[in-house]
Order: sequence, then structure tokens, then C-alpha cells
Amino acid sequence: MSLHLGSGEIAARAGVIIDCMKSMEGPLLPILHGIQEEFGYVPQDTLPLIAKALNLSRAEVHGVMTFYHDYRDHPAGRHVLKLCRAESCQSMGGDALADRIKQLLGIDFHQTTPDGSVTLEPVYCLGLCACSPAAMLDGELHGRLDNEAAEELVMEARR
Amino acid sequence: MTVKIYIPRDAAALSLGAEKVAKAVAQEVANRGLDARIVRNGSRGMFWLEPLVEVEVDGKRIGYGPVKANDVSMLFDAGLITGGDHTLCLGEVENLPFLKEQTRLTFARCGITDPLSLKDYEAHGGLKGLRRAADMAAADIVKDVTDSGLRGRGGAGFPTGIKWKTVLDAPGERKYIVCNADEGDSGTFADRMIMEGDPFVLIEGMAIASLATGATKGFVYTRSEYPHAIAVMTEAVEIARKAGILGSSVLGSGKSFDMEVRTGAGAYVCGEETALLNSLEGKRGVVRAKPPLPAHKGLFNCPTVINNVISLASVPVIIDKGATFYRDFGMGRSRGTIPLQIAGNVKHGGLYETAFGLSLGDIVDKIGGGTRSGRPVKAVQVGGPLGAYFPRELFDTPFDYEAFAAKDGLIGHAGIVVFDDTADMLTQARFAMEFCAVESCGKCTPCRIGSIRGVETADKIARGIEPEKNRALLADLCNTMKFGSLCALGGFTPYPVMSAMTHFPEDFSPVPLIEAAE
Repeated sequence: MSLHLGSGEIAARAGVIIDCMKSMEGPLLPILHGIQEEFGYVPQDTLPLIAKALNLSRAEVHGVMTFYHDYRDHPAGRHVLKLCRAESCQSMGGDALADRIKQLLGIDFHQTTPDGSVTLEPVYCLGLCACSPAAMLDGELHGRLDNEAAEELVMEARR
Repeated sequence: MTVKIYIPRDAAALSLGAEKVAKAVAQEVANRGLDARIVRNGSRGMFWLEPLVEVEVDGKRIGYGPVKANDVSMLFDAGLITGGDHTLCLGEVENLPFLKEQTRLTFARCGITDPLSLKDYEAHGGLKGLRRAADMAAADIVKDVTDSGLRGRGGAGFPTGIKWKTVLDAPGERKYIVCNADEGDSGTFADRMIMEGDPFVLIEGMAIASLATGATKGFVYTRSEYPHAIAVMTEAVEIARKAGILGSSVLGSGKSFDMEVRTGAGAYVCGEETALLNSLEGKRGVVRAKPPLPAHKGLFNCPTVINNVISLASVPVIIDKGATFYRDFGMGRSRGTIPLQIAGNVKHGGLYETAFGLSLGDIVDKIGGGTRSGRPVKAVQVGGPLGAYFPRELFDTPFDYEAFAAKDGLIGHAGIVVFDDTADMLTQARFAMEFCAVESCGKCTPCRIGSIRGVETADKIARGIEPEKNRALLADLCNTMKFGSLCALGGFTPYPVMSAMTHFPEDFSPVPLIEAAE
């Protein structure tokens, strides 16, 4: 993930992804996923390129991108900690755990620590409901979290 | 002879450290120069025992669990490789009561085989259904599925065979099979387990659906929250394609069917079938008004079968063993088996496949073993975030579509979340509204605005502001959402809210803060 890219470079890298996927059936979501994977977010500059390639209006592409929770319009922190907020995790003290983690990181959901190390996001179910409460740190899953495990997780994320 | 050591690659097992255990086992095997091979299987669904390590000794599988990485060396000292005794030893896994008393039809192979070994899959009865289907007329396959009594396992409970017949009879050059794997309900993980633990059964089910309806293309639409399931499914599709199960001639039948795995982008509402179709088409995941039905005009306006993972994964065993075999399980109009997912604050959480008809109390107290916290059970939410909260007084309700509907609830995707007596039901009702507000697609007013007003009203009740008036308002709001919403998100959010208010009125009469301060 690079933070300061020229629009030329963004266009070039996004162009490769768009060209490679535009012939799929229903290519818009795969393209947006591809772009987010490449840049860590979906740069505004890529929206007109996608629109042109798929014969859509820029408004339509913007509408789709902003509809889905996954797509970011700016880069996340170096690590993304997703904490499950759904009922199963609530039944095992998930709300208290979320408060503890927010306190440890000094941020709320949808925020990034000032040092840019961690972005904290809510997630509604990771499918680990028999091992609640659960979290995902950069794609790695953690079940049956207690306070101690949560603190370790936060320390790992802050590194 | 090489000994097989099974260590799950299921996401839940991984979340409890299965990867570290696998590394430690590999290290011990190498250090001790043992003739052993590690197989990364799916999960048996007994999550309080995960990571569950199994060793095959004389054709029997001896289990150890829950194993931590630093237990591994001691386990080898105790003779793990020959099924040696240890405090973590569970004996023969098949004999554990939780497994032994199940009827595993859909999950027959899950946790037993290597998920990505086609050889394993066939050795355990895989592909028999598809082979049989390849020799059958499309209408006969549809008839078998109809006669089996299989109903949509995603939650709506619509008869699968009727859906297939509509697509078979619909004119169209191009038809689709779409698998709804957008399993967003809290308390559910059956789809995830099948995709990670036995992906070929889903592929086989979709291929049978294609032969039954004349569809040539399939999509599995999965959640982005399930990266492990996506990876296994994608690899399995590749393997199936190479083996001729998918492609221009499915198992040499001359009929073409291929499929792709697609990833959602974090929108719960895309689990609603028409929103899912819009999302697959690259649009906002907004619900479509019905009619037209997806079976007539579905994906890209073509006739489309859209079924849940478990519905499709149940088809191979139905075609293989016959409609009667399957329909002999169950009760009333709920035929066959249902993979219960016992979750939340529960001692023995996991996947329990059984015929319909067990009472909710038996599921929670006997199978689940009560709460993990050891406190009394207060409420059980059945059917995900849109399902009703059941109090202990309703624990005699049998697990059956109609029986749950009669008690103002639903079985949904069969997720069961247990809460102990520390739960506050007003908080849970408020959350149901909050979740609906976060996830509403915004198309219809009762859902989009009703949910926001619901949160505000619940907050007023909590603060003791005109509680009687606001309880009536909340009930009225629920009525509007239930009957005025376009889909189940707005339409079913009243279930958790109203059930909480009806069964736990004491939580909706908090001591007014203003008075308390005086």
C-alpha cells in the first residue's frame, strides 16, 4: 500500500486491473475488490476509469462503491482489527470487550490510531459463533477472546 | 504404514490456534523421525474441543482436544501416534455422544475427509448423486427433490423442488444456478463449515441443479468475512474443473456447466436473494420488488435458481439415496435433517445435524449443556438477528418451521444463540433496530426510517421517558415494519424486538432515571 501516488501511476495500475476483469459477468465488484487490494483503498481517481471501461456513469460507480461497507475511500492503518459486534459475541461479553479494546487503542470504531498503526472496525459476524467473542486481525482469526488475549492482540496490532 | 494425523483447517479451529498446533505436530514428527502424515480436515463441529487432533489407529480415529501448541510435545511423549492415553485423549471420536447421536446426511464427510481430495470425496460416497443425475431426465431430478420435501435452508423454507421446476419450465437460452453463501446471521456457521470442510458436496449439488434445470453457469456468492471459505471453494472449483465435474461436459453427460466464486463486500442485506442478484450484477445491493420471481427473471434477467448452501449441499444425498430416504426424517412439513448451529453463551457449542423435531429445551440444555458461564439461561435467539428471543417457558417448542412460526418466531438458518441471565433484553431489542439501521439497503421507508426511530424509541424507554407511551409506539413501529417492508430485513426485525418486549416485560420497565435522581 502506497500513500502518495501520482494520478498517473494510479491510473496505470488501476487500468491493468480493469482490463483484466472487465469481460467478467458483473465485473464491478471484482474490479473494486481488485483495486482495493492493490491500493488499500479505492482512490477517487479510479472511479471515472472504471465508469468508462464498463460504460457506466461515474455516479453509478460511486453509488456502488459507497453502498458496501468494505470499500474505503482512504487508506486504513497498517493493521485492521475487526471486532465482532453481533449477538453471539454479545452473549459472551463482546460489548465489554469492545469497550476495553477501544480504551486500549484510544479510538472508537471506524477510527485509526494517531500513529497510523491500527484501524478498528466493527464486523457483524465472522461465523465463529461457537467460539465467541471473536475478532479478525489482518485476515487472521481469533476466537474465545478474553481480556488477556485481547490485550495481546492490541499489542500485536500496535507493533 | 504411514499414520494419518488430522488437524482441522476450519476457520473456527484456526481461530483457536490450529495452525500453531499443526506446526508443532509437524516439528515433532520430523524431530522424532516418525512415519506420519498431517491431513488438514474440516471441523467435526465440536468447537469446545477445537483444535481437535485425531490420529487414525487400526481404522479408528482417536481424538485429542482441545490441544494447544505447547501440549503437542507431551502428547507425543504419551504415544499420540498409537492413540496413547493422556488427559486430553477423548477416545474414539465417532463414539463421542455429541457426534454419535447426530444424523449426518449433509455433513456426512465434514471433518472426516481432506476437503480438497476428490479421491477422499469419492471414497466417502461423493459424486454418486451427480452420476445418477447425469443418467436422469431433468424433470425426474426435479421430482426427486420435490418428493424429498427439501425446503430452503436459508431461512424462508420455500420448497426447493418447486423453485427448480419453475426454472426448468421457464423459457430461456441462458439460465443460472446461484448459491447464496452470504451467511450473515449471527449464530450461524453451517455454510462456512461446508465450504471449508466439504466443498465438493456444494459443487456436486450445484451441478445436479444445473442438470435439473438446464442452467449452464453457476455462482457462489460468499461473504468477504469468510476468506478461508473463499480460498477452499475457489481451489475446489479448479480441481472439479480439471476432473471434468465442471466444464463443457459434466461427467461426460454432454451437458455444460461451470461456476465461479464471488465475494461480497460487507453488506448483510445481500443475503436477501434479490439484493444478492443485484450485487452479482455489479449494482448496489438493493432489494428488488417481487414479482418477477428470480426463477423467471433473476440474474441478468435470466431464469435463476437461487438456493442456500445447505439446500444445495443436501441435494447429492437425496439423489443418491432417494427422495423417500430423505423425507423419512423429520416431522410435519419439515422433512429431512437440519444442521443446528448451537452458539453464544453455551458449553458445548457447535454444529449438530439432526432430523427436525427436537425440542428447543433439549437442544439448549441437553446437547448444548447449558451456558458456558454456568449461569441460568435467560433467552435463546433462534434464526439470526431477525429471529425471535425465546424464554425458557417456550423451550418445549419443537424445531420445525411451522411450530416456530406458531410461536411468533422462525427457525431461519437454524442458528441458536444462548444468553445467560446477565442479558438485558431492552438492549438486545435496541441492537436489533440498530443492526437494521446499519444494514438497511434504503429502498423502502419502513425499514430505512423505522429502524432509526426504533433505536430512538428504545433509548427513550431505557431512559424512563414516558415508557408506556413509547412501548406502544415501539409495538406500532414494529407492526408497520413487519407489514410494510419490502424484504425480510425490515420485515423480520420486529421478531427480536417484539419477542423481547413480550416475553421479558420487566426489562422494558426500567426505573426512570429522573425519579431515581430525586
